[in-house]
Amino acid sequence: MKLSQLPLKNLTRRPGRTAALMLLTAFLALSVFGGSVVVDALRGGLASLEARLGADIIVMPAEAESKVSFKNLLLQGTAGAYYLDASALERVREVEGVGQAAPQTFLASLKADCCAVKVQIIGIDPATDFTVKPWIEQSYRRELQDMDVVVGCRVNADVGEDLRIYDLNTHVVARLAETGTGFDTAVYCNMATMNTLLKAAEDKGVTHRITSDGEEVVSAIYVKVAEGYDVGKVCNALNGHVRKATAVKAKSMLTGVADSLTGVSRTVALLIGAVWALAIVILLIAYAMMINERRREFAVLRLLGASRWRLGGLMLKEAALTSLGGGVLGVALAALLVFPFTTLIESSLGLPYLAPAPGRVLLLALATILATLLIGALASAWAAYRLSRSDPGNALREGA
Amino acid sequence: MWGFVMILRAENLSKRYMRKSGQGNNFYAVKGADLTLESGTVTVVTGRSGSGKTTLLHLLAGLLTPTEGKVWLDDSDLYALDDAQLSRLRNARIGVIPQGRSCVDTLTVLENALLPGTMYGGQADPDAALVWLAALGIESLAAARPAELSGGELRRVAIARALHQNPDVLLADEPTGDLDDENTQRVLRLFRDQAKAHHKIVLLVSHDAEAAAYADRIYRMDGGILKSD
Repeated sequence: MKLSQLPLKNLTRRPGRTAALMLLTAFLALSVFGGSVVVDALRGGLASLEARLGADIIVMPAEAESKVSFKNLLLQGTAGAYYLDASALERVREVEGVGQAAPQTFLASLKADCCAVKVQIIGIDPATDFTVKPWIEQSYRRELQDMDVVVGCRVNADVGEDLRIYDLNTHVVARLAETGTGFDTAVYCNMATMNTLLKAAEDKGVTHRITSDGEEVVSAIYVKVAEGYDVGKVCNALNGHVRKATAVKAKSMLTGVADSLTGVSRTVALLIGAVWALAIVILLIAYAMMINERRREFAVLRLLGASRWRLGGLMLKEAALTSLGGGVLGVALAALLVFPFTTLIESSLGLPYLAPAPGRVLLLALATILATLLIGALASAWAAYRLSRSDPGNALREGA
Repeated sequence: MWGFVMILRAENLSKRYMRKSGQGNNFYAVKGADLTLESGTVTVVTGRSGSGKTTLLHLLAGLLTPTEGKVWLDDSDLYALDDAQLSRLRNARIGVIPQGRSCVDTLTVLENALLPGTMYGGQADPDAALVWLAALGIESLAAARPAELSGGELRRVAIARALHQNPDVLLADEPTGDLDDENTQRVLRLFRDQAKAHHKIVLLVSHDAEAAAYADRIYRMDGGILKSD
């Protein structure tokens, strides 16, 4: 028997009291770790979205709903179809200050082989694309051939398989890394493949808004402003020069997303703060009550010769073991709640959501456990301080 | 024969409390107590409930800061020591048997008896502790937890713990309070033996008339005033 074993004996031989304190700490750790992971994933999602968009200006059809549709595509991968004449691309390139201009064409699939819901098919021009191509190149370095497709990470089709779209077989050549955005449920192909698919869709009577004169169409044109030019001025010039189209600054398009994200982040942070404050108060009360209940036991230790510091050390060790257990339990429970339900969280928040990398998750978990340890230590130190202000003789009389 | 005499001495010792119920409502639990306890003697303090016996014992044990006065154990002024020094001195030299329950509930009887010896990294000696448990008739309860024991058994565990601590001073508050006649005699004999055979200072605070029969000196507390009988 050693004195250092006393805290562990106190914990294991009073399982009810230990479990209650551990659960309280676990609740704190769960809310802090779970909330931090969600906020981190939202921030990661926005950063990823900004990186994927990669353009200064986006030129889209002028329909009132197009902007909404485009945002839906970015965030939820909601399939949509809206088109401009391909000649708009030339008009865009004519505007002074336009450095690069890359077209993309969108087409919603019918129910594809891969998925229970429609997927968005995005046609790119590999020769001019500067938004998606660098991303694709991380997974697939060769030129996209006709009827080759690259799929987002959440499209259920393996590399080498055929993916049937509008009764045509496409060949999956690569799968992209996760972005946490609507791009994860999209399928990418070159413009020739896209035109083939558009025709197939038209034959099935699915798309109605493709120009009737047989011209090629695009859904959006991504513009990189040349160095030295003002994005706002170029955007205004594009709005004046390109018919039936609206040019929107990419940042302003993302502003709404960023605002929503800030709102959600702030709400989650407030909730975490509230839970922290509540948990700190509850833990302080719990420790104060527990120590009050054990005043006589601590007084006995004092009469046997334990100094204030030695007694404080025993209480601190007991609190640290409880907090550590509770912290680890809370982090484990949060991991069970958050990680398997990423898709559900993402769809219910309606915001880009990119789960943090394992290293970052580990860091958050360690920080959470450290924080719970600190709170447990603070609560027990406060209770120990209060206890030390009274003579053990008084505690022995009161509890006799 | 022992070649030296240890002394626990109280000078003008007082403890004043203020009742929470009224302003300025002060009362003395102990007032102006002068007391000298020598090794090799058994001293008994009697008195009615609330007369200040327990307060006096706590003051002598260094467990309760006096309002006035001093307590000396040989050359050490207890309340001039800092908390670490006083705690260490108490662990090494003063064994206290408090009133009521005084076992740590999460430890077994044997672990409770070993506790003082572990306080400053010393080696626990279970065999020696078992000897004291046997002397008090509770060796069969060594593995039991305090919640399983009767009041008398708990009292004997506290006594065994203090004896195993092997201090110079034994201060016992109603040590025979929950005991039957047989165990009362057994405990009182042990205390007398500690004083006479082991040259310890023994102070018993007791209502028990039988304790007086073992005393070398008897004091009486009355309204916080200590009087020699």
